[in-house]
Amino acid sequence: MAASDSKREGQPGIIVGRPEGGSLSITLTGNWNIANGLRSADDIRKEIESDSAIRRIVFHTERLDGWDSSLLAFLVRLIEDCASKKIEVSRDGLPRGVARLLDVASAVPEQKDARKEAKRKPFLSLVGVATVDLWRSALEMLSFIGEAFLAFLKLLRGKARYRRSDVALLLQECGAQALPIVSLISFLVGLILAFVGAVQLRLFGAQIYVADLVGLGMAREMGAMMTAIVMAGRTGAAFAAQLGTMQVNEEIDAFRTLGISPMEFLVLPRMLALILMLPLLCLYADLMGIFGGALIGIGMLDITPTQYFNETTGAVHLTDFMGGLFKSAVFGALVALSGCLRGMQCGRSASAVGEATTSSVVTAIVAIIVSDAVLTVIYNILKI
Amino acid sequence: MNQAAPADALIEVRNLTMAYGSFVIQRDLTFTVKRGDIFIIMGGSGCGKSTLLRHMVGLKEPARGEVLYDGISFWGVDPDERKTIMRRFGILYQSGALWSSMTLAENVALPLGEYTALSSGEINDLVSFKLSLVGLAGYENFYPSEISGGMKKRAGLARAMALDPDILFFDEPSAGLDPISARRLDDLILELRDSLGATLVVVTHELASIFAIGNNSVFLDADDRTAIDGGDPHKLLAESREPKVRSFLTRGES
Repeated sequence: MAASDSKREGQPGIIVGRPEGGSLSITLTGNWNIANGLRSADDIRKEIESDSAIRRIVFHTERLDGWDSSLLAFLVRLIEDCASKKIEVSRDGLPRGVARLLDVASAVPEQKDARKEAKRKPFLSLVGVATVDLWRSALEMLSFIGEAFLAFLKLLRGKARYRRSDVALLLQECGAQALPIVSLISFLVGLILAFVGAVQLRLFGAQIYVADLVGLGMAREMGAMMTAIVMAGRTGAAFAAQLGTMQVNEEIDAFRTLGISPMEFLVLPRMLALILMLPLLCLYADLMGIFGGALIGIGMLDITPTQYFNETTGAVHLTDFMGGLFKSAVFGALVALSGCLRGMQCGRSASAVGEATTSSVVTAIVAIIVSDAVLTVIYNILKI
Repeated sequence: MNQAAPADALIEVRNLTMAYGSFVIQRDLTFTVKRGDIFIIMGGSGCGKSTLLRHMVGLKEPARGEVLYDGISFWGVDPDERKTIMRRFGILYQSGALWSSMTLAENVALPLGEYTALSSGEINDLVSFKLSLVGLAGYENFYPSEISGGMKKRAGLARAMALDPDILFFDEPSAGLDPISARRLDDLILELRDSLGATLVVVTHELASIFAIGNNSVFLDADDRTAIDGGDPHKLLAESREPKVRSFLTRGES
């Protein structure tokens, strides 16, 4: 529509007249519509530069069909250029609306210090700022962990103030409601482990050991880790978003001014829920993974269900499960801590909530992997 | 302090300087709120009115200076004592700040449960009474997301009054309300002051509210970054020597 209109009414045009007595006349024609694009003032600029005698610009707009801000933007640029060359721009020939809008636009002079410095900061200053930020965020994290620990001690002494009904709700959110996704992921992880193992082990005719591989892999490592990562994305992010939104709505301020510690009232129940639920989910994930592996073993490798079962129970001991469960409890604390930390640190805008959510997932996953590495080394030393 | 505070002073703000890092928002604020006052903190957008409120209720520590309640320095005492002072506050936040995961009744009941030894039946009675004071009888089991903005403000007020505070703080109570709801909230505020004998500190830039309820004030200026005038708003309108204050109070007509 717009294109055909502009064709009918004519493209915006500029006719630059001959300079006469130091005065340059410019005729504006056609329909100056944003849809037709912005015209550049290059022709006029060239004319001005070629003839230093020009002291004044006048406009003729009899052939102008229509105008909008595209004409104004063009004029503002032209007026700025002319002002720097001390050329007067007469507004007499312009439509009244245009002249008035130009007056409005120039009524408040540009705030000189309002424009942000676009200048690049020196490298060393950037490094310095980043280091100070890193130091501050590390301190914030440590003090948050410290406060969370104190809240936990208060809980053990039975002095923490929180609502039991909140914990029940969170237990459901972190436990039962996470079952479908945990089932799917851990089942597939078990299946993948079995596949990868089967291809290699079949070369030696040792396909029965797929059961050992899947059982040990799930119980010691993958069950806990995959559940924790799923929960970081699912629940940790939700915690960050919940607390972040509460920060934006001043709900957390309302707790503080009432003398109720948000640490005990909001963070503690979330930590409790994840620390309690993650080991249970992990155990469930272990079994789902082993089941996935068994499907491959029985279906592809001609192992009988009894053989697979016996091989698994022979290879995987209770300590393997316990090791994985302990890890998952640690991961639970880490996921809850990073979700709550980022939520409590959230700024006071809607976009800050989004950033808090993203950052909580990143923090949680890094924390999970690093702590997993540390725990694995410790297990190795303790020969668990 | 160059002048002695009046005997009925409840809140004294002395040489308070507020800053975010090295950026000073307002400096050297000194004013006194007397018992029974409806004290208005006014000024243009972005001058630091709400930030001043946050300093007065203990959400932000001043860069310099102090806030005294009955002569006791709020930031000079240990956290436990500070909590005792804070128990005297009721605060209505700009957005209402109702806890979104709780019903209106639970919102009002939480402070009562935390600080009193009342039975749950007694708490329920009190909650219903507080909600009916703000015209929300029957809305006990609604969640904040299910009610309108004006109702949220009123429910926030019911929560702020839960513990019968003797100092009520309001952060832009009429912002975002239609003229009639704003007027009703103003009437409610006056009614509460008269019946409860509370002292009110109100952050607002609504002229109608300022003149309807305020009897004392401080005017913060964003350019000078300090208080440029204060006192009874009606007197300020008639007598202020500050063109900015007169201009503000007349919507730029003088």
